[in-house]
Amino acid sequence: MDSSTSVTVTQKEQMMVEQQVFQIYSLFADLPPNSQSFMLEIQRDSHIDYLTNGLRGLGSSFCVLDANRPWLCYWILHSLALLEESIDEELENNAIDFLSRCEDPNGGYGGGPGQMPHLATTYAAINSLISLGGHSSLSSINRDSVYSFLRQMKQPNGGFRMHDGGEVDVRACYTAISVASILNILDERLVEHVGDFILSCQTHEGGIAGEPGSEAHGGYTYCGIATMILINEVRRLDVAALLDWVVFRQGIECGFQGRVNKLVDGCYSFWQGGVSALLQRSYPIISGLVASESEEYSDADSTLSATSDIPECEHAATGGSSLQGDNEACHNNPEGARDPSAPTNLNDVGHNFLEWKASMGPPFNPMALQQYILLCSQLQEGGFRDKPGKSRDFYHTCYCLSGLSACQYSWSGDLGSQPAPQAILGPYSNLLEPIHPLYNIVLKKYHEARDFFSST
Amino acid sequence: MSSSEGETERDAQVPLFARPEWADVVPIPQDDGPNPVVPIAYKDDFRETMDYFRAVFKANELSHRSLALTSLAITLNSGNYTIWQFRRRILEAIDSDMHFELEFTEQIAKTNSKNYQLWHHRRWVAEKLGPEATEGELKFTRKIFNTDAKNYHAWSHRQWVLQNLGGWKGELDYCQKLLDEDIFNNSAWNQRYFVVTKSPLLGGLIAMRDSEVAYAVESIKSFPENESPWRYLRGLYKDDIVSWVNDPRVASVCLDVLEAKKNCVFALTTLLDLLCLGYNPSQELIDAVSGMGLPDTNPTRPDCGLAELICSILGQEDPMRTNYWTWRKSQLT
Repeated sequence: MDSSTSVTVTQKEQMMVEQQVFQIYSLFADLPPNSQSFMLEIQRDSHIDYLTNGLRGLGSSFCVLDANRPWLCYWILHSLALLEESIDEELENNAIDFLSRCEDPNGGYGGGPGQMPHLATTYAAINSLISLGGHSSLSSINRDSVYSFLRQMKQPNGGFRMHDGGEVDVRACYTAISVASILNILDERLVEHVGDFILSCQTHEGGIAGEPGSEAHGGYTYCGIATMILINEVRRLDVAALLDWVVFRQGIECGFQGRVNKLVDGCYSFWQGGVSALLQRSYPIISGLVASESEEYSDADSTLSATSDIPECEHAATGGSSLQGDNEACHNNPEGARDPSAPTNLNDVGHNFLEWKASMGPPFNPMALQQYILLCSQLQEGGFRDKPGKSRDFYHTCYCLSGLSACQYSWSGDLGSQPAPQAILGPYSNLLEPIHPLYNIVLKKYHEARDFFSST
Repeated sequence: MSSSEGETERDAQVPLFARPEWADVVPIPQDDGPNPVVPIAYKDDFRETMDYFRAVFKANELSHRSLALTSLAITLNSGNYTIWQFRRRILEAIDSDMHFELEFTEQIAKTNSKNYQLWHHRRWVAEKLGPEATEGELKFTRKIFNTDAKNYHAWSHRQWVLQNLGGWKGELDYCQKLLDEDIFNNSAWNQRYFVVTKSPLLGGLIAMRDSEVAYAVESIKSFPENESPWRYLRGLYKDDIVSWVNDPRVASVCLDVLEAKKNCVFALTTLLDLLCLGYNPSQELIDAVSGMGLPDTNPTRPDCGLAELICSILGQEDPMRTNYWTWRKSQLT
């Protein structure tokens, strides 16, 4: 360390980023109103060009992503779906054909043709096909073989392996459970002990780590809570601590960081913003707010009336914790956490979630986050980036847009209901398609897939 | 390793098709279809290497030349998990010396140390080597932390080594060293928590709590705006609310920070947490909070007046989370 100054590496890096970000904000503040509106506008055409060009061809620098091609498809196709842009039929057919070449004969999708099947690229491929929509796309998914792949990846400790001989972590759990849920093939055998594994990854900080003992992290926290909701065990988490952790990840730069004392990054607009969106809708169910304090359930009933059609409400009292209370009861009672007599079909949880009304406003600051995404992450020539000084890429484009959508709908009580103009930073034409926050798929596309897979 | 490195170098220079040892292998092109999406403009050496890789992979040829080929292919794209997995199968089949594998992964880490495959492979190698690998693995991660003290994969790896191979002896000192260098390094704080709760040499969280609280408090006093020690302090009382509420040092550090009248957000948050859990505030503390201004705030319910006041102050002092503090206030009973 430089002895002439007592500033640490963390402080120094943080100050440099703050300087760059605040320079952008102060330049923006000095602009005339018409230039300001231009700066806040989503450059749809540029983004669409950038995305479709990527779909058509990528330079040699992408060799390092040669084992992530279904991800490239998902980042691009989901971004286009958020922008409500459809691709031409030929390109669509090419995408379906290409993804089918990534499919392993024994189930699951690999990172490219001929590569071993992998859970993350399976998630990416299936989310891509759902984002494309249409009969030929959805019917190209072989659910029986996907199921058998998921079973092969299942571990005795409840977790999943990313691929044959691969790593076991929270990402693997999420990608496996998300895929099974949306394809309507989730069952007890896949779910068994997943909750135990995720629970063991919630840290003393409140967030969730990739593996037990590791540091709480935005990406894993999203994966962990989304998984817990999908398997109907979210009440087992210490949700008060999780909420407190995630709201503090939004910093003075207006964007989110991934971990405590790390730098802001546009992609966490979705990972942390998504966690907020999930908590906002599940909080009363999780906490059983009133019901946990007393046995007078009739009182609780009216409080929760907005969510009374949710099967879980009925036994919110059993696993509930007050906001401030440590929910030891949940931790110590894993068996009781999921009532086996509950009539909930696991495959309906993702669908029922859409009926969960937001009982609280967004716990973070959606206006500030939109400002970071539009002014610091967006490039006028198309695409989004991590932070000023970095280059654009498809990953950040996907997760900045997903986060932006989550912000825009964060005040909508019903997921996807038309937001008020004051919820949107910039012109109302900035409004993106709403997403299903458990799968990160555009809501319309989700509904189409849900109908398709529940009727076949 | 020098011979193997030399081989890699030569591979990079002479195309595989021109090399006699590969003359019997028919390369297999990628089945991308007639009109693939996201097609990559592969460089010639990349394409050729992968074509040969597909050939040996398909033939399941677990040989020395296949091993050399995987080295080359991994150098070109260290994110290709299929190649890594095939490499492990080869290593097992030919009973290769795992020490060479340590050097190979270190070379790869030099160009990209944030890659799942590399670290997963390293774990596999260390597991094969067993306890004799301990020192080397701890040293390897230390080397990574010298340039990137928050490398997530490296920390996971280090924790795995400690738990599975041992080497706990100097770990608390190592955390201390990293925190002395950068008290804002939250990964080092997390590792400290890991050591304090998991090390078989320290007696566990309860035994360590007293001294750790003292360390956290001292760290908070030096930088009250540093979130890490605040969360660490709270973590020391995970699942033990009674002790949390009853340790006078917690409220005391909050009071100290409040009286210094700066960076008070975490002090107020911590106080709010204490109050919500039944803590009975001293008059001194009430005065310190009340003295923070907000003349227009009038607690509506005397029983939770202080908590309410804190939420109001936070709503102003911490504008990024105004919604959260309003909501917290609404939840006070």
